[in-house]
Amino acid sequence: MMARLVVDPITRIEGHLRIEAVVENGVITDAFSSGTMVRGLEIILKGRDPRDAWAFTERVCGVCTTVHALASVRTVEDALNIKVPKNAELIRNLMFCAQMVQDHVIHFYHLHALDWVDVVSALKADPKETSQIAKSISSWPKSSPKYFKEVQDRLKAFVESGQLGIFANGYWGHPAYKLPPAVNLLAVTHYLEMLEWQKELIKIHTIFGGKNPHPNYLVGGVPCSINLNEVNAINMERLNHVKKLIDDAIEIVEKVYLPDLIAIAGFYKDWTKYGGGLKNYLAYGDLPTRSYGEPAHFKFPRGVVLDRNLNEVHEVDPRDQQEIQEYVTHSWYKYSVGDEQSLHPWDGETEFNFTGPKPPFKELNVEGKYSWLKTPRWKGKPMEVGPLARMLVAYASGNKEVQELVNDTLKQLNAPATALFSTLGRTAARGLETKLVVHWMKEFYNDLINNIKNGDMRTFNEEKWNPKTWPEEAQGVGMTEAPRGALAHWIRIKDRKIANYQLIVPSTWNASPRDANNQRSAYEEALIGTPVKDPHKPVEVLRTIHSFDPCLACAVHLYDPQGNHVRRIQIM
Amino acid sequence: MSKTPSFREHLERSGLSRREFLRFCSYAAALIGLDATGIPRVVHAFESQPRPPVIWLHFQECTCCSESFIRSSHPMVGDLILDQISLDYTETLQAAAGEAAEKCLKDTMKNYHGKYFLLVEGSVPTKDDGIYCTIAGRSALEILHETAEGAAAIIAWGSCASNGCVQSSSPNPTGATPIHEILDKPVIKVPGCPPIADVMTGVVTHVLVFGSIPELDGQGRPKSFYSRRVHDTCYRRPYYDAGLFVERWDDEKARKGYCLYKMGCRGPVTYNACAVTRWNAGTSYPIQSGHGCIGCSENNFWDNGPFYRHLASFPGFGIETTADTIGTVVGAAALAGVTAHAITTNIRKRKLIKEHLEESVNVKKEGEDN
Repeated sequence: MMARLVVDPITRIEGHLRIEAVVENGVITDAFSSGTMVRGLEIILKGRDPRDAWAFTERVCGVCTTVHALASVRTVEDALNIKVPKNAELIRNLMFCAQMVQDHVIHFYHLHALDWVDVVSALKADPKETSQIAKSISSWPKSSPKYFKEVQDRLKAFVESGQLGIFANGYWGHPAYKLPPAVNLLAVTHYLEMLEWQKELIKIHTIFGGKNPHPNYLVGGVPCSINLNEVNAINMERLNHVKKLIDDAIEIVEKVYLPDLIAIAGFYKDWTKYGGGLKNYLAYGDLPTRSYGEPAHFKFPRGVVLDRNLNEVHEVDPRDQQEIQEYVTHSWYKYSVGDEQSLHPWDGETEFNFTGPKPPFKELNVEGKYSWLKTPRWKGKPMEVGPLARMLVAYASGNKEVQELVNDTLKQLNAPATALFSTLGRTAARGLETKLVVHWMKEFYNDLINNIKNGDMRTFNEEKWNPKTWPEEAQGVGMTEAPRGALAHWIRIKDRKIANYQLIVPSTWNASPRDANNQRSAYEEALIGTPVKDPHKPVEVLRTIHSFDPCLACAVHLYDPQGNHVRRIQIM
Repeated sequence: MSKTPSFREHLERSGLSRREFLRFCSYAAALIGLDATGIPRVVHAFESQPRPPVIWLHFQECTCCSESFIRSSHPMVGDLILDQISLDYTETLQAAAGEAAEKCLKDTMKNYHGKYFLLVEGSVPTKDDGIYCTIAGRSALEILHETAEGAAAIIAWGSCASNGCVQSSSPNPTGATPIHEILDKPVIKVPGCPPIADVMTGVVTHVLVFGSIPELDGQGRPKSFYSRRVHDTCYRRPYYDAGLFVERWDDEKARKGYCLYKMGCRGPVTYNACAVTRWNAGTSYPIQSGHGCIGCSENNFWDNGPFYRHLASFPGFGIETTADTIGTVVGAAALAGVTAHAITTNIRKRKLIKEHLEESVNVKKEGEDN
């Protein structure tokens, strides 16, 4: 039996994304991913001061705020050959880590959990049982029966009011929800608790960058100065504040996030069979322990894993014009060299060419152009990026810390290594790297203290600040790992202004449409084989799509195999 | 439709004692600057009103406004959405997706016609039939018109909805437009990229508690948060007055926290609460952490010249002035003022002053030609 289902928009993501898919006998057999919003920042950046680019590009995303600014300042520093002082590198690392930990926790509880957790079922829980479970998996102190009863009472009052707010019309009671009521109550309680906590950790951005979202950056270093004898600078009080936030984060991640993740995953082991998608993984790596110029000493290694072969890691060179290229064959842009061709980002072009239907519309022409996202490829191959890619590249690189953590977790879940290549594997990988990062944050903090102790106060390299010192032409690339995956910016500078600026963001790798060779990108490939029990309530689609932590708002359409609409389903 | 209990009933069911409820009310009153005599009005408001339905739309944006909103510390955002408002449609947080989510939107528009709050994050692309932002196959423009029709109050969150922000900067490839230029209803603007979390919840709770919109300035911004220049409330202002400036990043003067005017700080032409309310529960604000203000709550701030070129000049004594009385004269008058000053009192430094002017940037203000 074939069915067409319209889910538009998919919520609990950032931005606007639409997926059209084919369902046959309750299983997705084909899918098309489309970004439906564009702003043209690459066009806007032309002619501007390269030192301002971080502020423009940071506004690409307020969820993974900070990482675009980081990629941008590195891009300009690469073009102008600027090396930043050690303190600046460490402060950037701390901001990176704070972002990743906070964002992953928000993703798990506030964007992803409701795909696995039935809020309404939590009303039926026995708070004593929830308390027992909580105590058995963690020494987190807030786990008394009274505590869970209070949350449950609050939830009951909320539901009885008839105004369900953000929980209205969820797929509650769907048979795909497997958690017992007591575990649902545990998860809902931590949903609220983590909503309060996430705003604390991110103060690390505020201390070093003045605000969050969108903290401030600086080409050549960081804007904050260090002066232990001054109230107007980074002094002991500010450093103590950062330390406290890190210590709390370690406790939260180890006593709340990871135990919850393992507990919930235990009920959903069948989801190690679905959603694996592409077999190629790309990571640019990040978190330099010496300087950004020495990727061999990054905490997150750089590399490519092909065909799930964890015995080999391929090198990645973003400067090589043959390696990373973008297609617009199925994207609403046009290339001067023809839309079947691909371009390296230094030569990249951004010219709108909308050929889709005029709104309001019911469907896109997926045979032609169907997205505002371009399609990036590495040596012609589609790549998955994100936490799973980072963990697999690190694992394959022989990183002992990662290998031990991954192996231990698989043992705990009694799952084989192949379980990683799945929707659940992607969600678990996010949790595992959070555990690593939160401890690395402490290491970087200690390094910063030691460097200051050694008398190094510098946070900025003045050498190339003045544009008069720049060459007439320059080009650079800056890379990082956004919470959602490999992120890079490419710049060409001419006459001290931006001549060309191109971004390839994680969601471009994962959510893009097909290339000229009709190869699917990560979302499209991962949806193949995903079961859909009840087309009225496609919670399974949300599970796989959310496991990528999309940075776009999206819609999912299910078609019959011929691509024809057979009926329109009204979800009640 | 189900009964709509009052806030008080909600709080009661949530297990709050009368005493705790009153404490909550006095807290809410303090938040919006009321003294003890104002508390009964707050109590009355919470006892008589149901949780007002709220629709939160997303258009051309980066979600930084939603992210900022969930950083609110007073009130805590969980308390706000469970106890004080009914956030019926928000693509960022709601459980429902697809048509189930669309139903939430339609139900609220139908059942609470004339009573719901409309919060808009993002600008609206107006070029080429709105193809640059579609949701559920419909253009942002169409959705905005439809939802605004029955809204009791409309809030433009952040600079995108208030002034177009980054996507509307030159050459504005998608025709990105702020919502007040599209709607013929009054819009409360809460600009900033993003706005400060506690400013956002402060504006919402003001409306909830008093049942009226806060007093607005000539541009439609709440005076409570946008009536003072960052420069006039900045704790580094004494250094400006004393002529002590950071000259280069991380120089000795930067390490002493001198004024960032010469590094391009836009505090003198920016109206916002950053220096008073501060960010992330009062932790810091951009200038405190060493970078100049980039003026993110002002119109055209992306096109007001490169961020690291300092302002031509600005009136030095504006503490008693507000956005309405001075905002329009800052840019144009300033250049003339500096030149006159150079001729009359400081002729020997003419070369220096000429260089200063050449390297500086004039900031366009509301009311000037673009």
